[in-house]
Amino acid sequence: MLNLTLKVWRQQNATSEGFIETYDAHDIPESASFLEMLDIVNERILNDGGEPIHFDHDCREGICGQCSLTINGIPHSKERGITACQLHMRKFKTGETIWIEPFRAKAFPLLRDLIVDRSAFDRIIGAGGYVSVRTGSAQDANNLPVAKTKADAAMDAAACIGCGACVAACKNASAMLFVSAKAAHLNLLPQGAPEKNKRVLGMVRQMDAEGFGNCTNQYECEAVCPKEISADNIARLNRDYAIAIADEAAV
Amino acid sequence: MSLDSKIPDGPIEEKWTKHKMNSKLINPANKRKYTVIVVGSGLAGGAAAASLSEMGYKVKCFCYQDSPRRAHSIAAQGGINAAKNYQNDGDSVYRLFYDTVKGGDFRAREANVYRLAEVSNNIIDQCVAQGVPFAREYGGLLDNRSFGGAQVSRTFYARGQTGQQLLIGCYQALEKEIAKGGVEMFTRHEMMDVVKVNGHAKGIVVRDMTTGEISSHAGDAVILATGGYGNVFFLSTNAMGCNVAAAMRAHKRGAYFANPCYTQIHPTCIPVSGDYQSKLTLMSESLRNDGRIWVPKSKEDAQAIREGKKAPTDIAEDDRDYYLERKYPSFGNLAPRDVSSRAAKEVCDEGRGVATTGLGVYLDFKDAIARLGEDTIRARYGNLFQMYEKITGDNPYQTPMQIYPAVHYTMGGLWVDYNLQTSIPGLHCLGEANFSDHGANRLGASALMQGLADGYFVIPTTIAVYLANEKPGTITTEMDEFKQTEKEVKEHINALLNVNGSRTVDSFHRELGLVMWNHCGMARTKEGLEEALQLIPKIREEFWNNVKVPGSGDGVNSELEKAHRVAEFIEFAETMCYDALQREESCGGHFRLEYQFTEDSQEVKEGKTQPGEALRRDEEFAYVAAWQHNGVGEPPTLHKEDLDFDNVHLAIRSYA
Repeated sequence: MLNLTLKVWRQQNATSEGFIETYDAHDIPESASFLEMLDIVNERILNDGGEPIHFDHDCREGICGQCSLTINGIPHSKERGITACQLHMRKFKTGETIWIEPFRAKAFPLLRDLIVDRSAFDRIIGAGGYVSVRTGSAQDANNLPVAKTKADAAMDAAACIGCGACVAACKNASAMLFVSAKAAHLNLLPQGAPEKNKRVLGMVRQMDAEGFGNCTNQYECEAVCPKEISADNIARLNRDYAIAIADEAAV
Repeated sequence: MSLDSKIPDGPIEEKWTKHKMNSKLINPANKRKYTVIVVGSGLAGGAAAASLSEMGYKVKCFCYQDSPRRAHSIAAQGGINAAKNYQNDGDSVYRLFYDTVKGGDFRAREANVYRLAEVSNNIIDQCVAQGVPFAREYGGLLDNRSFGGAQVSRTFYARGQTGQQLLIGCYQALEKEIAKGGVEMFTRHEMMDVVKVNGHAKGIVVRDMTTGEISSHAGDAVILATGGYGNVFFLSTNAMGCNVAAAMRAHKRGAYFANPCYTQIHPTCIPVSGDYQSKLTLMSESLRNDGRIWVPKSKEDAQAIREGKKAPTDIAEDDRDYYLERKYPSFGNLAPRDVSSRAAKEVCDEGRGVATTGLGVYLDFKDAIARLGEDTIRARYGNLFQMYEKITGDNPYQTPMQIYPAVHYTMGGLWVDYNLQTSIPGLHCLGEANFSDHGANRLGASALMQGLADGYFVIPTTIAVYLANEKPGTITTEMDEFKQTEKEVKEHINALLNVNGSRTVDSFHRELGLVMWNHCGMARTKEGLEEALQLIPKIREEFWNNVKVPGSGDGVNSELEKAHRVAEFIEFAETMCYDALQREESCGGHFRLEYQFTEDSQEVKEGKTQPGEALRRDEEFAYVAAWQHNGVGEPPTLHKEDLDFDNVHLAIRSYA
């Protein structure tokens, strides 16, 4: 059993002022997950007549991308390649103090406590992150062979869960890792080729319009990404963007 | 009301084609005058919303998550079936149809399942065209694997993240339509009720989970694609937010609930470790392709392992019982989910279980690693092994995994006809939320197939059957029916907030879950179910007298959200137990201890099956049990839809 101190960001709603609240988290089983630790603390807060700490979560198996906690200053914690929901308490030592804050970024307005609004990501996808293929209009799936290396590289990029940790980790709150991974997934495949330029321009422009910052190649994003998406995608996007811009000017 | 399944006439292989030919169409210019409300944005809801918008309908889509991309379809790991026969191993539409009917223990509707198998190929085409990065061979063609009890390789997959990749494909199509203005998307919105006008579903009332605002939305038809009810057990592999509230609200408004007792217990999950646990984690059953399942032959060895005195590697080969290989020689470790789960429960009940709780069996990769090398195993299952190690702290390359069955999927759901319309005109239901295709047990890699079949290929055709008779745009939220339903929703929320009791919502949910797991779980009895029907009303009563929901209805309030869902789970649990009680047979995901083959059974003597296997009673129970709601605390009324098997011969579902 672990005895911990929590320092948690509390904020009633988007417009109210936030503050750090201290909680005593005693007798936490080491085999509990981090979110189960919060469940235990919340159950105690509720039994003491308080309002629980609000946080986003759903699948609790590292795939839905909804959990979004900054733990001791690092999105999803210092453990590599996991989401906050996959973090287990055996990684902590008794007596530790844990700071829990939301994913902070201008483009992710806070809703309550540790919950932020990441709908900017959805709008970036809507600006070009798709292949325009009407339901029912597809040819036989094996009519278009795709080199295994290309398919694997596309899958590496497509593993992104859209959690936003990359943005929260970046000092500029840049969304370049997210946008570049989403663009690379489709740009690497022959199915995505016809709309490549349109896609790249649309997504990058929407990203800028949402208020995300610029990339200055620090790679904090890659370090915190729970799916370990490579920052090579950013280089790829920069190249594709240059081509698309040149192409647009030429037309 | 009688149940008309509206199955088209004619030979089974022509029904869907003829139905499409004979169905009315809606003129392209008129489609935009119709508004379709879609609740849920997983594979079924997302695919339906995107496809209907592409066709020209106006769509309003709602989800409780912060983005449609997070629906729980995303968590499916293993794959999606299709009858492509790319492996030339004898697969066909008919074989996929047959396997699904048999896998469902002959409790599904033949015509629906045949259609599912038929459109399975279109789904793969569609997904590939969208850019879903399925696994490929070096020649660039699609790879397949054998999965979950199939003897052909018909499963398409994208590493261990097939659900994620399919959902992203469908989400991207949805976002494309949102950006074009065809779909109006409402994230962080929870459906609170269905609104009926003149007996037809014409809208919904929702709560904005950010502001707390209650609002109404009117349409010409309503589609529920709100997933399954596995969380009635509290612990399941479902996401924390998965719930039955939307389906239950529709049920209370007159939609029949079909076969709620059919619940799938997935054999390969990480065992429970403590009472703080919030959910169970599934390990993809693709692991069973290479892993061998065993427990020690002797209770003494098992006990020594539980007490930490022995390690699994200390147990000699001869002292291990590879019980699936022993009992089901031709399917071995790939025996279907219900069969494998029950076998695990059996050996643990005998005292041969491992894990500290005694509720666990081994899934061992030692032989596969020796045969194929660690690199091949890493390439196949690397991410799953990693996930296992993160959760348990054990390294499965060195020591066998521990697994135990957990609630995973629910085959029951709202009753729908061939057009996926519920017993409320205008209200349609897709995906896991309906009952239609899996019978009493779902085969692996068939959930994704059904969700996308319903969303991409069935509802875009069949919704017109209803809409063609409806004058578009006649409904507005100013109508009394909307005002009245909104008022009832607000009263319901205030009631939850005003109990001011002393017990948390979770404590009720845990209590309910335990009752359901003990009495309506992997093995059920008349006595147990009758006891549950005594216990559940008491939980309900205490809930409404003693639940604690802090804060107000304005703004984000996660306890209020949970309270609403748990209140519906409690009421639903009763219906589930009534269903399990009336079904005096064992089939698929419903196992009644009273109905199993014994040493004395004729079929056992003939070698057709084994003692302890499920005893189906086709003469009396080859029907869909559709329940009509009669009010809280009142026993529901049973309506039966007889199942006819014209194309598949009813047989003992033997995997020996």
